[in-house]
Amino acid sequence: MSVEKRQYYFDQSKGMGIIVKTVTRLTVGIVFLFGINVALKGHLVPGGGVAGGGAIALALLSLILAFGKETALKNINRKRITMIATLGMMMFLFLGLIGLIGGNLFSTHFMDNEGKFGILKANIIPLFNIAICLLVGSGVYTIFITLIMLQVRKGSDK
Amino acid sequence: MIELYILLILMIIGSIIALEVRDLLSSVILVGTVGVCLSIGFIMLKAPDLAMTQLIVQILLVLILIRATISKDVRFINSKKEFGIFIIVIIGLAVFINFADEVVNNLPIFGKPIMWVSQTYLKNALNSTDVVNLVSKISLDYRIFDTFGAMIALFTAVIGVLAIGRQRSQEKD
Repeated sequence: MSVEKRQYYFDQSKGMGIIVKTVTRLTVGIVFLFGINVALKGHLVPGGGVAGGGAIALALLSLILAFGKETALKNINRKRITMIATLGMMMFLFLGLIGLIGGNLFSTHFMDNEGKFGILKANIIPLFNIAICLLVGSGVYTIFITLIMLQVRKGSDK
Repeated sequence: MIELYILLILMIIGSIIALEVRDLLSSVILVGTVGVCLSIGFIMLKAPDLAMTQLIVQILLVLILIRATISKDVRFINSKKEFGIFIIVIIGLAVFINFADEVVNNLPIFGKPIMWVSQTYLKNALNSTDVVNLVSKISLDYRIFDTFGAMIALFTAVIGVLAIGRQRSQEKD
């Protein structure tokens, strides 16, 4: 750990205390991987896109709460995270619209799943889960950081 | 069956105390307790899908509530409660119970639902694709428009919050 990082780590004015910072640094990766796992296995075990996206958003929110908003917003700014939310919504829409080709209904299963294995065996349902996971995770995070910025700006006016 | 009733009674007591307590932080923590009890109840009724979603959404809600209500120090509520609101609540409860009595009598018995549509799903869902989780199959294949509407609602909420935040910054300039 470099000197500046060490000074920041022991600084009590930014974020919470050193116990919360250490525990958050250890657990945030596990929560993030758990969210991805729940979202990708949504067609096999209980879970799905909404629960997985919620877990991913929880990991990001605990980063903000423990380390202060400057550290978290340095790497993930608002423009980038809004792009990810839009990507999830467009992916959901186009996956449904591809099924319309050839006079079929909305979200018809268009892939041929014979001879595939693993995640490809269950047609387009894992793809729907990935799209929902992207949308829910980045959407909840966007709402939270926008509310934080509103609060800060209101306090600085007074 | 009796564990479920104990959980329900705990949830009712927790909600009433969360309404009546003066400390805002205690109130938010009691709301979290009610959510955890609901999640355990879902597991007892054999719905692990719902239990997982309920737990994660409840944690998100409690985090946002703590961040929104308690910024620096703990605040207390000091205003007196008005007597007129109490009378209006009692009248509303009486009307609601009067109408709910007939509806509840006509519902099917708890634990024995009428399986008109679900029977078809249970027969055909496993044959068509290799999706083992039936809840995922139903919500992403048979009821895809329902999920699509929910996602559109969430996306609209994100865009609305972003638009309000941008307007606030333009006013300041």
